[in-house]
Formats: sequence, C-alpha cells, structure tokens
Amino acid sequence: MTVATSHDIAGTTLFDGAMAQKGYALNRMCFSFNDAANRAAFLKDEDAYCAKFGLGEEQRAAVRRRSVLEMIAAGGNIYYLAKLAGIFGFNVQDVGAQQTGVSVEAFKARLAAAGR
Amino acid sequence: MARIIGGLGTSHVPAIGAAIAAGRQQEPYWKPFFDGYEAVRAWLGRERPDVVVAFYNDHGLNFFLDKMPTFAVGAAAQYRNADEGWGLPAQKPFRGDPGLSWHLIEALVADEFDVTTCQEMAVDHAFTVPMSLMWPGGADWPVRVVPIAINTVQHPLPSPARCFKLGRAVGRAIESYEEDTNVLVVGSGGLSHQLDGARAGFINKPFDLMCLEKLQSDPEMLARYSIAELVELAGTQGVELVNWLAMRGALNGEVSKIHGNYHIPISNTASGVLLLENRPLSAIAA
Repeated sequence: MTVATSHDIAGTTLFDGAMAQKGYALNRMCFSFNDAANRAAFLKDEDAYCAKFGLGEEQRAAVRRRSVLEMIAAGGNIYYLAKLAGIFGFNVQDVGAQQTGVSVEAFKARLAAAGR
Repeated sequence: MARIIGGLGTSHVPAIGAAIAAGRQQEPYWKPFFDGYEAVRAWLGRERPDVVVAFYNDHGLNFFLDKMPTFAVGAAAQYRNADEGWGLPAQKPFRGDPGLSWHLIEALVADEFDVTTCQEMAVDHAFTVPMSLMWPGGADWPVRVVPIAINTVQHPLPSPARCFKLGRAVGRAIESYEEDTNVLVVGSGGLSHQLDGARAGFINKPFDLMCLEKLQSDPEMLARYSIAELVELAGTQGVELVNWLAMRGALNGEVSKIHGNYHIPISNTASGVLLLENRPLSAIAA
C-alpha cells in the first residue's frame, strides 16, 4: 500500500514523521513561547535562546532571516511557528503575504476575492 | 437516559477570540460572521443543553510533539484555558463531567478506539472560541463539558472515515449513559484554509458549500475522502473538517438543519457555522 503524500500539492509540506524529527528543536523552542517569560527571554538574547534549545544552523539562519518558508523547510510546523511569528509582531496575514511573496494588502484582497 | 439534542459545526480562528475581547462584533469586517450565531444562541436558549461534548484540535497548548495522541478524551473535573503565545486573556475555567467522560472512555475502548485519557487538560482557542460564540458575555458557562482532541498537527492523521466512526461510537456511548442529560455535540474548525507554505491563503468555496450540504444529507460521502485529498481540496488546515465529521457521526437519529452561515474571509479562513438538530430514533418510534 502506498501512503499518499502532499508531494503533488504545490507549495504544501505535510508535517509527517520525517519533518517532525527534523524540526523537533525548532518546534520545541516555539512551544516554550506559550509562557510570556520565555518570549521575553527570546527577545532579550535571541541567539542564546536558540542555542539553549539546540537549533541547527539551518533553523538558526531561518529564524534570523524571519523567513517562514525557510523555517518550514527546516521542519517547523505552522501551529508552533505562529507563536514565534507573534513575537515578531506578525499576524497570519503577514505570514501569508511573506510566504506568497505579495504585499499584505494584496494577500488580504486575494482572501476576499475567494468569497465572491 | 442521556439524549443528543443536536450538533454544531463552527470555525474557531484565534482572531475571533481577539475580536470578542475587543468588542468588534458590529464592525463591517466581523458583522457577517457574528450575525451567523444569533440563531444558534436562540436555539440554545430554548433547548438548554446540560453538557457539551466537543471534538476539536489542539494547536500546541496542551500537547506537543513529544507525545502526540491521535484521540484524547478529557476526564477532568475542570479544564483551564491559557496563553497560547499571544498573551490573550484566558477564559474562565470550564466545569467538566467526569462521570460522562469515564463512561465515554470505557465505551470507546470497548469499541476498539484506544484513546488517551486526560485528567488534566488545557483547552485552546479551538475549544474556547466555539464556547464564547455560543455563550457570549463572559458569565459562568451554563454547561459542563467533555473535550475530545483529534490530532490534526502531525501526520499520519486519522482518516475522515475513522473520525466519523469515532463520532458514531461517541454517539452510541452518550445514548447509553444513564443520567438524564441533554447533550450538544460540537465539531470545531475549518472550513477551507491553509496557513503554511507558498499555497498559504488557499480557500475553496465550492468545496466548502458542498461540505455544508453533505454534512446534513450524506456525511458518509465526505468520510470517503483521504486526508491527502482533504489537504488538496480544503488546505492543510482545512483537514479540521474531521472534527465536524466526528460531530456529525455522533448524531444517530433523524437530523434536520436548523441554521447555517458561511462567510469569507475571517482571518485567513473560510468560516462556517452549521446547527443540526438530532431527534433520537427512540423518540420518533414512541
């Protein structure tokens, strides 16, 4: 039996076992951001906080660049990454615009157009 | 005996909770969405459920990737809400119903669903937003609750057919519970949306409208989709439809539509609400 994957769905990464292993440290760091004190600690010394959670170089670079697509490629899961995006002051429209390479206004207009 | 009086499917986007906290319900962006709940609240005022059994998905408040249950049933006397990372105000705690919880757990395991049982469970926006939409105003919750979490985070996810069968088993278990209790079943999530990747912002209105119709008339048809097909048709987060399918599965009687609403967009999501009344077959026969 072959297990269906998202490889054929352009622009989509299924968060499966391989990605869950790859992204564990990054997602674990993001999970810690449920606590406001941890969000403050990250803001105070980002590099030290990433090091404490054992992020690899690919993950560190993605965080440094604030690149959501790179974080996903490095195993990040959007449910956890959303907590990190919140620290950067991004809402989900900002994140959507960044990933699709359009302005936030254009991204919002695209969403609204889907309703017509 | 316990009776299932109905099922409610509803979106649960965090921004809804933020809009409630800020009192934005009448603003042009939000009004078409919030107006969709007036008929739900009128029905709740008439029918007065005692308990809400809610299928929802945790977004990284209670569960992390260290231990990820496919199905987790709340068995707590009280459930708390907490900061999910954005510092939003926490909701008042929810009263549990440990008697019903353990009855469900016993019945589900006997039915070959090997669920995780949770005597402590923090509930996130996927649980609290539907509750706030049903009972706004911040007063004490007028119902007891049993949260049932379905994994929609880490693949492999349970198939739509499996979630529908879980709902069927929950429905049978509720109706075999000896307490005289009126139960509302909730399915939380969706409709179509994708937050991640270059396909972010994907919304599929024709598919959503079809689902809203089939949830009432032919849920088995929706249960035949694979998870990969749901991702393609509804987006990576649109798979939350499995929560609605579990809710629909629990409605074992004669099902009629009381109310529905559909609005795009709320945040990045096609939002929907669907209220189905359930008339137990035993009541129809009597």
